[in-house]
Order: sequence, then structure tokens, then C-alpha cells
Amino acid sequence: MDIEVLEDGKHHRYILNMGPQHPSTHGVLRVLLELEGEYAMDLLPVLGYGHRCHEKIAEFNPAKSFMPNTARMDYLGALIYNHGFAHLLEKACGIEVPERAEYIRVITSELNRIQSHLLWYGAYLLDLGAFTPIMYSFDDREHILDILEDITGSRLTYCYVRVGGVCKDIDDKFVTATRAFIERLRGRFPMYDDLVNGNVILQKRLINVGDLTPEMCARYGISGPMLRGTGVAYDMRRAEPYSVYPKFDFEIPTETRGDCMASFKVRFREMEQSLRIIEQALDSLPEGPVMAAKVPKKLKIPAGDYNCSVEAPRGELSYYLVSDGSDVPYRLKIRTPSYSNLSVVPEMCAGMLVSDVVSAMGSLDLVIPEIDR
Amino acid sequence: MKSYFSELFTGAWSLIVGLKVTIKALFSPIVTVQYPREKIEVTPNYRGHIDLVKVEDTGTHKCITCGSCMRECPSDCIVVDGEKREGVKGKYLTIFTLDFTKCSLCGACVEVCPTKALDYSDDYELAGFARDEFYYDLLKRVEERE
Amino acid sequence: METFYSILPELIRIVVCAICGAVIVFGNALVMGYAERKLAGHIMLRPGPMEVGPHGIYQLVVDGLKLMGKQLVVPANADKPLFMLAPLLAFAPVFVPMLVIPFSDKIQGFDLDVGLLLILAFASINVLAILIGGWGSNNKYSLFGAFRSVAQNVAYEIPMLISLLAIVFMTNTFSLKGIAEAQSPVWFIVIQPLAFLIYLVAMVAETNRAPFDLPEAESELTAGFHTEYSGMSFSLFVLGEYANMFIVCSVATVFFLGGSSGIPLPYFEYSGIIWFLLKVYLLMFFLIWIRWTYPRTRFDQLMNFCWKYLIPFSLVNLLITVVMVKLI
Repeated sequence: MDIEVLEDGKHHRYILNMGPQHPSTHGVLRVLLELEGEYAMDLLPVLGYGHRCHEKIAEFNPAKSFMPNTARMDYLGALIYNHGFAHLLEKACGIEVPERAEYIRVITSELNRIQSHLLWYGAYLLDLGAFTPIMYSFDDREHILDILEDITGSRLTYCYVRVGGVCKDIDDKFVTATRAFIERLRGRFPMYDDLVNGNVILQKRLINVGDLTPEMCARYGISGPMLRGTGVAYDMRRAEPYSVYPKFDFEIPTETRGDCMASFKVRFREMEQSLRIIEQALDSLPEGPVMAAKVPKKLKIPAGDYNCSVEAPRGELSYYLVSDGSDVPYRLKIRTPSYSNLSVVPEMCAGMLVSDVVSAMGSLDLVIPEIDR
Repeated sequence: MKSYFSELFTGAWSLIVGLKVTIKALFSPIVTVQYPREKIEVTPNYRGHIDLVKVEDTGTHKCITCGSCMRECPSDCIVVDGEKREGVKGKYLTIFTLDFTKCSLCGACVEVCPTKALDYSDDYELAGFARDEFYYDLLKRVEERE
Repeated sequence: METFYSILPELIRIVVCAICGAVIVFGNALVMGYAERKLAGHIMLRPGPMEVGPHGIYQLVVDGLKLMGKQLVVPANADKPLFMLAPLLAFAPVFVPMLVIPFSDKIQGFDLDVGLLLILAFASINVLAILIGGWGSNNKYSLFGAFRSVAQNVAYEIPMLISLLAIVFMTNTFSLKGIAEAQSPVWFIVIQPLAFLIYLVAMVAETNRAPFDLPEAESELTAGFHTEYSGMSFSLFVLGEYANMFIVCSVATVFFLGGSSGIPLPYFEYSGIIWFLLKVYLLMFFLIWIRWTYPRTRFDQLMNFCWKYLIPFSLVNLLITVVMVKLI
């Protein structure tokens, strides 16, 4: 789309700027819409408003010190980003993590995933015009934040996972609070179904909006709930198992339509599956240390390249580290899921009404800081 | 034709069910903690800015001025300096400042300290008018704390 | 001089009615604004305004003062006469329908024979105000809101009118007082429930309230047609919206809920107003309740709903009414 001059035949179109400040672009994303009446014929996302040079920062300090930065990239999935990075360094340096630490990592990661999905749920409905479900989902989310604050000390940008384990052990208070939360959230799902999921207005706004196919997802590199909404049961926790996920029994929810409603339902059911994982992990939590015995203070990474992928709430997150033998990385590349998810917007949303564009972009669950890094 | 009416009735019923949820919430107690008047208990594990730990019996800190926290900090917020004094074994701590505007609360300083001299505070009501209100002089703070 | 003295009572009556109308409009905005924010708060499990006065009672007063003190910003390339005209057009027409609503048996401004037509005519001026405001702002978002509101308001006036026409056929008069009095044994909501439901939906769409609030869709269009308005201009739109809500709810009360009829109180010709206001505010509570429960409909779905569901049902209702009236 040439924003300087519109060609002949398109002179009745106009360009509307859903600017960096907009209530429903969830961060500093700018989208230029070429509109014909109310139909968005062409879309151009403009990125970079939140670029903070994270990948360059990784080249200055030792690799271990990059941990707080991983939390800032996707603030809603901070523990999972921490976990991925720690897993990468452990793989590179050959450090063995004690089992209790792995279980704790899984429990906290799944709590983080539920918290991220609850926030997405509330914010998505806020975009669609329903002002109350966000308050109810934030009420549930407060419980998770309180539980995690008790052990990690932070509420949003956690820096809890360390290379070799976690920095602080959990106690009985955490276990009882988590079990109570699982019961509470299970009891709240019928209320969400009544208020939102079965509502005819919501269904009319989500069903048949957007038409992702598995082939389109393969072309753009889409992963996560969007991909599972088209019928492909691809989850990094099953495809490339890491940590202690192989020990738990959970399903990968999929839907077949490939529209916004499909990814909506997939995320909702993922919350239930995360609750299952947490329950199983709490039931079989082993005793032991939470930090590996010998983790060198100056963590020299052997020369070579290393890769590791984890399942973030938004899709597949990969870290790629090139090391030249010292403890400072030569290059760290982070492949964030929202970047690829956003790239499908011009093809998926061409020809939709503006309200549908808002609805489709909400169902992509974008977090702009992780796009811009 | 049949779907016209069935859609209408299921749609209308779903709307009424939604209304029931909201009216129930209308008569439920509020969950807000109205901040200045009511406060929540902060958990003891809360990760606020770091502070020097004050030992009970000697009434002073445990820092040996090794400078590990200064080296480990990824954001270069800590400045530690000491001097050699006669009669005192090792260095005597003279400067310990924290630039909290750059701190990312990673906890590397707390974990690397060999004498466990640093710990998180539970100071969460931080609001100020100027940037230098957040340049903490931890040595002065530990001396003034009881 | 003679003629002046002979028409003096009428003049005094007009002035008193106008003042009472103004009191009702501003008092309603005060009560409704506070009620909406408190009810919205409690539905969302939070307290709502609590700071200004005990439980936030003076919040709206302070808000009004704040809005009056704000600068009236006019965008650079905006059409200034149109820009300034739009809020006035949204606010001025609400006074006239107040004069014909029968608050109780004796309390009514003027009992016109064509009361209903007057109210519907003045309600349509709102569309013009939104269109002028959206165009005059020189802002694509405002223009969007203006397009949508024109189509929406014009479309939803039809089921509103047809469902009310069913009642008019039964009572043979357009005068609001006559319709209120014709409901002596049983209220019309019992006889015409379908017309009531259709009127309820059309009422929500006419006043641009959620789930039909596309013209001012906050999360899509950053406040739609009143994006560029600040200070008193904005508050005139809001006052107009609340007064419009009061008017359409009173029309619903008069047509379907028996006006001011109810359990007899002493001095019922004057104290019937208590029942009237009770019913009106019950309907307003219903409007607030559905605003905070449902998401927004999409624009074409809104129009589809009107053309494919509301209008056929209201025409069928009218047909059945006419047949029954002829037979009975």
C-alpha cells in the first residue's frame, strides 16, 4: 500500500490511522487501514514504537544477567520467558536441574499462562464493548498474582527462575493457596459461559470472522492458540518436550473453523488444561533441593550455537544463542510468537469491516513489547 | 424458516442468562480495597528495593566491601566503596548507594553476597517528585533504622 | 393591556413549565449520572465514586463545575459554526417533549392532541446533531461515528413508531394523557407484550446506548462523534443523551405501564407523580443494566436485526391489533 498516492480506481478510498495510541491495539502498534466505506481493504502494521534493543543488551553483560530482560519482553508470560532462557543456558552448559525445581517451574509457568489468558479474555471483551467481564477476570487474576507474589516477590515481571533451578522454595502456604485457587477458577467457568461465551451478540461477532487455514499458518509461521484453532494440534510441550511436561497427562485443545471463535474457545479450554497440569504437579511434588549443586558464578558457555523452544501463551518462543566461549553471548536472537502472528493481519483482515478488524486483532492476542523487543 | 425462530429464542435466552449473572454481581460485596483508607498486608517476601541487613547484637551491617554486588549488577546501580582503617580487619564500608531508577529487581546482588548482608525491603509506597529521591544511601538508611 | 392581563395566566404557566422542564432535565442528569456510575461500579464489584461527599453524592456537581471550567477546544481545520452548533442541537430539543408528558393527572405542561407526534419529531433532531458534530470535527473517527448513527437512528425509528401505533389504534388518540387514562383496568403491557419488547429494543437503539452504541464506540473509534469535543460542548451531548433516555422511558411508561396509575395515595392527582417517576427510573435501571452486560453488536448485524426481526414482528403485531380492534 502506497500511502503517498492512491492509484486510479481507488480514489474513493481513504486512509485511517489506528495510531500508536488507540484503545484496542493493546500497546504501541500502529495500523494503517485503507478503507472503502467501512471495509478495510488493506492493512499495514507499522512497528518499532516500543523497540528497546533487548537483543543488543544481551551482548554486553554475562548471559546470566539477561534474566530480568526476558521478563520485560512479554510481561504477561514472564515466568515462561524466564524458563525458556534458563533452559537454554542449562542445555548449553550441561547443568542438571533438580526435579523439585522443575516441578516448581512447571507449576508457576502454568499459573502464569492462566493469568495471561485471563487478561487476554478481559481485554478482548473490552475491545468488543463489554465492560464487565474484564473486572471479573481481573478478580480471578488477583488471586494468581497474590500466590505468585508470595514466592517470587513480584506481581508482573518475575525474575524467579535461575540457571540451575529457582531462587526460592515453595512452602505449604503456596500449595494450599494454589489448590484453593484451582477450585475457585473451576467454579467460575460456568459464570463466564453464561455471561459471555453463550451470548448471542458475542457469537455473532466472533463466528466466521477471519479464515485461517493450516496452510496459511505454515506460510506465516503462526503458532499457539491461533494454529490450534485451525485444527493442527501443535504444542511445544508435546512437540519438543522440555522440563517435566512428559510426565503430565493433558490434552491439546483444538478447533477446526479457524475463525476468531475457534481461537477464543481454544484459549478458554487451555486454561482448564493448565489447571489439570497444576493439580497433577502438586499431587506428585518431590522433595529435594531447588537449586543445582554446582552452578559456576561465571557461567562460561562453550563456543557454538544453541537453540531452545518453549510454549509461551501466545505461541512458540525460541531463543537462539551464538557463543564464542566466554560468558558474554556473541549474539542472542529471540523469536517471539506475536511477531509472526501479527504478520498474517494483511491477508486475514483484507475486506473486513472495521469492527471485525478490531475483533480479529484481539483474537490474535498480541503483546506489542514482545513484537518490538 | 425454523432456524429463524430457533435462533431468535436461543439468542434471547442467552441474553437473559447474561442478565442474571450481572444482577447477582450487583448484590455481591465489592472486592476493591479502597487504598488510602484500607491497606493490604504486604507479604514478607515482597521484593522491594534492597537494604542492608541490620544485625541485632552489633547494631550494624554485615557488609565486607567485597564489591561482588557491584560487579554482578546488570544495570550498574550499586556503588560500594570502603577504605582501610587501622584497628579494623578488612575494609571499612564508607559508601553504599543504590540508584533505584535503574534497578530491575533481578536479585543478583542479594544472591551473590557472601555474608548475606543485603535483603529486599517491603517499601511499596514509592512516589516522589524528583529523580534523586530514588538514589538511596543504604549506609545511612541502616544507621537510621532501629 | 386588557389582552395582556387575559393571557397572563397562560404566560405564567408557560414560564413555570419551562423552568420545571429545565429542572427535570438537569436534575435527571444529576441523578442518572450518579446512578449509572454507582450501578456500573457495583456490577463490576467495585464501589464507584466514593471521594466527593459521603459515598460520592456530590460527584456529578463537581463534574459539572469542572466541565464548565474547561477550555472549549476547536480543532484547526474544523468547520467552526457547525462544530459549535452540534451540541446545541443535541441539547435544545429535549425541553419541548418535557412539556407534554403527563407526570400525573394534574401535572402536565400542555395536553396536546398530537403529543406523540411532537415527541417523535423532536427525537429525530438528535440524528442531525450527531451528523453535524461528526462532520464538523474534521476527524475521520468522528465521521465514522456520524455515518453509523444516522443509519442506526433512522432505521430504528420505524419499529418504535409502528409498535406505538398499535397502542394508538387501540385508544384512538395521540394525546399522551388520553392514552394514560385509557389503561384503567389493565395496563397495556399485558395486552401488547410484543409491542413492549419491540419498543424496548428500539428505545435502546434510539438513545445510542449499549449494545447499540456504535456511534460512540469507545474501544473502536476512541469516542466516535464526540471525540473532539471537550468541556461544556461534551457535557451538552451527555445531558442531551440522559434527557433523551428520560423521554423515551416516560413514553414507554405512559404507553405500556399506565402512566401514573398505581396504588392510590393521598392527593392522587398530584402525588401520582411518585408512581410515574418510579416506573420511569425502573426502566432506566434496566437500560443501565443491559449497558454493562452485553458487548457491542457489529454495524451490519444491528441493521439486519432491525430490518429482519423488529420490523416484520412489529408489522405483524400491528396487523393483529387492527384485526382485533375491528372485531371487538
